[in-house]
Amino acid sequence: MGSKYDVLVIGGGNAALCAAISARRGGASVLVLEGAPKFYRGGNTRHTRNMRCAHDAATEILTGPYTEEEFWEDLLRVTGGQTDEVLARHMIRESKDILNWIVEQGVRWQPSLGGTLSLGRTNSFFLGGGRAMLNALYLTAERLGIDVEYDAEVTDLVIEDGMFLAARLKRPINGETEIRATSLVAAAGGFEANIEWLKQYWGEAADNFLIRGTPHNRGSILKMLLDKGVQEVGDPTQCHAVAIDARAPKFDGGIITRHDSVVFGIVVNKHSQRFYDEGEDIWPKRYAIWGRLVAAQPDQIAYIVFDSTVVTSFMPTLFPPVAGQTIAELADKLELDPAALEKTVTEFNAAVRPGTFDHTILDDCRTEGITPSKTHWARRIETPPYLAYPVRPGITFTYLGTRVNKEARMVMADGKPSANMFAAGEIMAGNVLGKGYAAGMGMTIGSVFGRIAGQEAAKHARN
Amino acid sequence: MHGTRILDEADRLMTVCNSCRYCEGLCAVFPAMEMRRAFSDGDLNYLANLCHSCGACYVDCQFSPPHEFNVNVPQTLAVARAESYAAYAWPQALSGAFARNGLVVSIIAALSMAAFILGFAALNDHSVLFGVHTGPGAFYKLMPHNAMAALFSGAFLYAILALVMSVRGFWRDIGTPIGGRADGGSVLQAIRDAGELRYLHGGGVGCYNEDDKPTDRRKLYHHLTFYGFLLCFAATSVATLYHYLIGREAPYPWWDLPVVLGTIGGIGLIIGPVGLCAAKMRRDPALLDENRYGMDIGFIAMLFLTGLTGMTLLVLRETAAMGPLLALHLGAVFALFITMPYGKFVHGIYRFAALVRYAQERRTAA
Repeated sequence: MGSKYDVLVIGGGNAALCAAISARRGGASVLVLEGAPKFYRGGNTRHTRNMRCAHDAATEILTGPYTEEEFWEDLLRVTGGQTDEVLARHMIRESKDILNWIVEQGVRWQPSLGGTLSLGRTNSFFLGGGRAMLNALYLTAERLGIDVEYDAEVTDLVIEDGMFLAARLKRPINGETEIRATSLVAAAGGFEANIEWLKQYWGEAADNFLIRGTPHNRGSILKMLLDKGVQEVGDPTQCHAVAIDARAPKFDGGIITRHDSVVFGIVVNKHSQRFYDEGEDIWPKRYAIWGRLVAAQPDQIAYIVFDSTVVTSFMPTLFPPVAGQTIAELADKLELDPAALEKTVTEFNAAVRPGTFDHTILDDCRTEGITPSKTHWARRIETPPYLAYPVRPGITFTYLGTRVNKEARMVMADGKPSANMFAAGEIMAGNVLGKGYAAGMGMTIGSVFGRIAGQEAAKHARN
Repeated sequence: MHGTRILDEADRLMTVCNSCRYCEGLCAVFPAMEMRRAFSDGDLNYLANLCHSCGACYVDCQFSPPHEFNVNVPQTLAVARAESYAAYAWPQALSGAFARNGLVVSIIAALSMAAFILGFAALNDHSVLFGVHTGPGAFYKLMPHNAMAALFSGAFLYAILALVMSVRGFWRDIGTPIGGRADGGSVLQAIRDAGELRYLHGGGVGCYNEDDKPTDRRKLYHHLTFYGFLLCFAATSVATLYHYLIGREAPYPWWDLPVVLGTIGGIGLIIGPVGLCAAKMRRDPALLDENRYGMDIGFIAMLFLTGLTGMTLLVLRETAAMGPLLALHLGAVFALFITMPYGKFVHGIYRFAALVRYAQERRTAA
């Protein structure tokens, strides 16, 4: 390996590869340092499936137009206004071109098919999923002559006055080494797999979190950058958290541990008490709120309780539901107080008002006289066997990050842009996503800012 | 619980895959899986035979080994597929032929070739066996045409009977309604899908071989082998028609239809199997059912031998080597015929039936 590169990319996911490829296409020599072993390369990109891009007309893979304005409104709604409007609008504009650019890098789309996802208009789906997408980017990177090192643990960054000089690296075989580069692109993800760090904001509750992605997203690069004077952005307690099966592995359970059955039943905590309106909103919004809701419950555990009439209404699940012929038997198996669960279900059933069930719209099936109410899709739970999924908070990614400008250039604590440091992907997602989430936005942030960061880093290096 | 350990594993994987569905655009297996929430033995055998082992879902899967979910669909379905061949073999008494298939096929091939050589030697004078015979009817100096026709049509008809009975059992298990008939449109669709090996394309980029760089190599060699086989079969059929309808006797001149078809087909049957064999040797072992190497190689070798002996016979048919070469060629073809229902040949039949079923399901769902 050469001792000095034009552009050093730290990270190995979608944002990192888009940065590396665009930098290389911009004429720079590029090294990618991926901290994970080859199989786990790509961080959370391995588990993604689609990307949200604005487009003005239907395409082969998208059923209709999704204008910049509509994208912006969706972003505004999920973030509650916690977004940098200049950056966000810039990203949305750029996302139109990314839809084609990413295909030129070897990534393939598929028509939106089955499942319960109603995203055929707004989101493009990767053929074969996120890992297939990554494989395509890595093949392109290799073909372009980009160097990639796996198991590359960066132990320190040498930064002087907002100027990146070198990265110190611990290799599994050759030991410590120093890599110099003219520009740096940090695209090394968030810190969701770093339970100790999560505990700073969540306390002991974080011990009960399950991490949906790889154990390699420890936020070490983010920490180094913040410690060395890069301005922080985003609320450290904000993260994308969904309710996933409590039986899932601690790390890397990915997509298949999620549950989308909430609207078909009720959700109770370990005291058998309901705690939130299960019928508040339709997928995908309902999906992304339950992780935080469960995190706020005692012992960070909850149970989705439903009956046998709805088992085929949602996606098949990896773990089978826990089943009981009576509510008491079900409670026993869940180690809940049978009397308490019976009482909750009986009260819920009594509060259900007649209506016409339709899970594709906000229907008129609702409860009356209980708190919290279930405002849509409320139907009595009365047909045995009674079923339940135990769920815990499943953390997808974190929002604390490095501030950047439109050039994806990191902004230092004093407000000045860094001379040669750029950031892309989850490590700077908090600039755009202050809170909340809408499917496919992580990939948009990664690809758009990855490409910009790569271009700008190459431009800087070639000057 | 299923009948076998591998079906239990296939069931586990289909449960994982059905809760993910990222691969639904890659081939027919996953959309077919999505039409089910639980999997019977028949369902799993259907999915196993629908899988073309392109390897894309393995390379694309975030849960493939070393991940703890250990999802290896191509390998698991390859083992299940091979076990399904034995499970549906007719008569069942001969299903054991699949267990040590490479050995069985090579012994039968050796015995069959030896029988022809010995038969030729015993029934013919030395001067006839090693004589130079040319012109129409030259082959029949060594073996009378009627004897040849009787022997080969007997072997061929038996193979057809055994294959039909086997695939009937398979169809009965995978069809809904159970044992239902295939409609013409679905059969046509399946012919197209099988003819172009639609699902050996890894979702469009080719098949995964020794690494994560896809190529169309296996597809090309498979096409050469398959169409080579069909052309050789067509050559034999035309020759049979020549013989009985217009009284023209083999050997035919090089420009005549049976020889032209046989030559092109023979070249395919030489290059194709060699390529398939080489591709198999280089393929990532994680994708392969290595216990069935013998069966795969045995069948590939039989096709290669058939092509090679046929082509050699064509080139040397006007020399003294014609007699022994004819014996070798006939031995190879005879062994190929009688081992067809009990070797890798059946993969094409079951795969075709599975494709018909899939086409039907798609039409019903549409």
